[in-house]
Amino acid sequence: MTATLGMLVTERLVRLAPVDLAIVVFYFALVLGIGFYLKRFAKTGEDFFMAGREMTAWVAGLAFVSANLGSLELLGWAGSAYQYGILAAHWYWIGAIPAMIFLGLVMMPFYYISKTHSVPGYLQLRYGTAASGLSAVTFAIMTILMSGVNMYAMAVVMKVVLGWDLNFSIFVSSITVAIYVAAGGLFSAIFNEVLQFFLIWFGALLIPILGLIETGGWHGMVARIQHNFPGQDFTHMWSNLGHFKDNPMGMHWTGIVFGLAMVQSMGYWTTDFLVVQRVLSAKDIRSAKLAPLIGSFFKMAVPIIVILPGLLGLALLPMHLYPASNLEAGQFSYNEVLPLMLARYCGPGLLGLGITALVAGFMAGMAGNVSAFATVWTYDLYRPFIRKNAPDQHYVAMGRWCTLIGVFISIGTAYLAMGFASIMDYVQALFGFFIAPLFGTVLLGMMWKRATRAAGFWGLLAGTISSITMFLLMHGKSGERWVALFALSPDAKGLAQDMYQSLWSCVTCVVVTLLVTVVTKPRPDAELKGLVYSLSEVAHEDRVGWLHRPMFWGGVAMALLLVLQIIFW
Amino acid sequence: MSEKSEIIPVWFFVGVLFLVYGMLIFASGLAEWSHPPATVLANLHAPVWWGGLLIVLGAVYCGTFRPGRKKTQII
Repeated sequence: MTATLGMLVTERLVRLAPVDLAIVVFYFALVLGIGFYLKRFAKTGEDFFMAGREMTAWVAGLAFVSANLGSLELLGWAGSAYQYGILAAHWYWIGAIPAMIFLGLVMMPFYYISKTHSVPGYLQLRYGTAASGLSAVTFAIMTILMSGVNMYAMAVVMKVVLGWDLNFSIFVSSITVAIYVAAGGLFSAIFNEVLQFFLIWFGALLIPILGLIETGGWHGMVARIQHNFPGQDFTHMWSNLGHFKDNPMGMHWTGIVFGLAMVQSMGYWTTDFLVVQRVLSAKDIRSAKLAPLIGSFFKMAVPIIVILPGLLGLALLPMHLYPASNLEAGQFSYNEVLPLMLARYCGPGLLGLGITALVAGFMAGMAGNVSAFATVWTYDLYRPFIRKNAPDQHYVAMGRWCTLIGVFISIGTAYLAMGFASIMDYVQALFGFFIAPLFGTVLLGMMWKRATRAAGFWGLLAGTISSITMFLLMHGKSGERWVALFALSPDAKGLAQDMYQSLWSCVTCVVVTLLVTVVTKPRPDAELKGLVYSLSEVAHEDRVGWLHRPMFWGGVAMALLLVLQIIFW
Repeated sequence: MSEKSEIIPVWFFVGVLFLVYGMLIFASGLAEWSHPPATVLANLHAPVWWGGLLIVLGAVYCGTFRPGRKKTQII
């Protein structure tokens, strides 16, 4: 194996020792072994697609947060921290924690009581086939696209850092994922996500520890950043958000509060089936409510291993990093800050652990995508539109084939991504197209019993079309004019534009849903029991101690979030 | 469903991973003790104490969640 890898490497940032390769190879062997071991437990559709709904709150919670902690996420946000400073932490704190708490305390009971297997499955029950089908198709396409683009991004990192051949990285990693997910279904995906969670923490935590030792602590780091980048503010979260020009992100506080916190993060954490599927695997409703809350505490801590290394890169790296689209020979991109910091502190053994954490993050992210794709394709597209009432074993077999096919389509998407330098940015934006309006549709469906079937479909469609239209206008010839209109200022940069695009598409969805509802016939209350707030009996935890109540832990998470905002104001 | 109660807990696999990685990293740290790699702060011998920490955590997880041990939370 060592000899084979040696033949496939070219130029590299770091060189792996035999002990590093042993660590990487052991990880592959372990996840494949776990996949084959779990195959015997994934016999029914409930087992394969929902992990038997037997996961504890801790396992579901870790898998929930881990499904979002892929390698692209790690590398990308560490790079964003280098580019924008601590503002990037908004995506981990106000851009995640309130949404996770809202999912756990408000929305999860409806998902769980309705016994749905997916978010499109909930839309099927609430609004009917049209809204569900639209949501399922867009989700399936975007999931496969994201999986392929992530795969390509990871292969590029492996090439830059280790000199590994792109094809080798893509095929070995994706075939491994295909085998273990096809064998054990969601069981395998969740087990791997929990392993990955620990790997990432113990693979990356040394960087901030050693970095802060080198800088002499937080204040020493801030002083070095100010020395290296005079006149720029990289270490405040709110005090520089008064105007688009006052911060390196080109962001305004309204974009963070209304676009990110109230729409985009709510949409992602409460309606993106990739993450919601993990919580649906919980063994009972209290575990399902607790899982996102447990995940919220870990999510709050992730900036230690993602944002802090980016800031330490600003303070310590001897060279400046640049955008990936504008690199010259010998320069490094923002996205390479984490591997650069890894190479700075980690010698043989620890380097292998860090690289394995990145590979594991990629594989877990891909496993999450393909397992969610298999579920949505099988239950929300294949069963209602192609073959109804087949035996359970038929759908399990379809799920297994779908996993393999999903991986191979992802490989094709990865090669497609090679031909378009900026496709990753566009696909990230594309993913947002469908999530923000979907949040409006699901929330109205849960909270307002009057919302009708037709309103759900037309609201979702109008929100999605408006989002795509805004994106095309802001990136077209007269883009600056449209940016000034939609993002409220011509100074709004990429991420700020995304936030306002999400906000307006969700508003469009809600307005159209309201208007269509007024002119269409509502469903009888009897059909909506267990699907709508006013017609459902949600079990309360009156008889359990306060330490076991989801409401208590939601309050603690919100208080911690508030303290963090004040500290880094 | 009863068969599920026989699933080895994921925490056991986490323990195996930690134990194996801890031993490899610890041994690697000891081997390079007198000639550390050309990394920043190599004088702190991070692989030794980080590997040791992983060994301890791995042993605790493997012992606590080993297959066949009576428990209430299976997965």
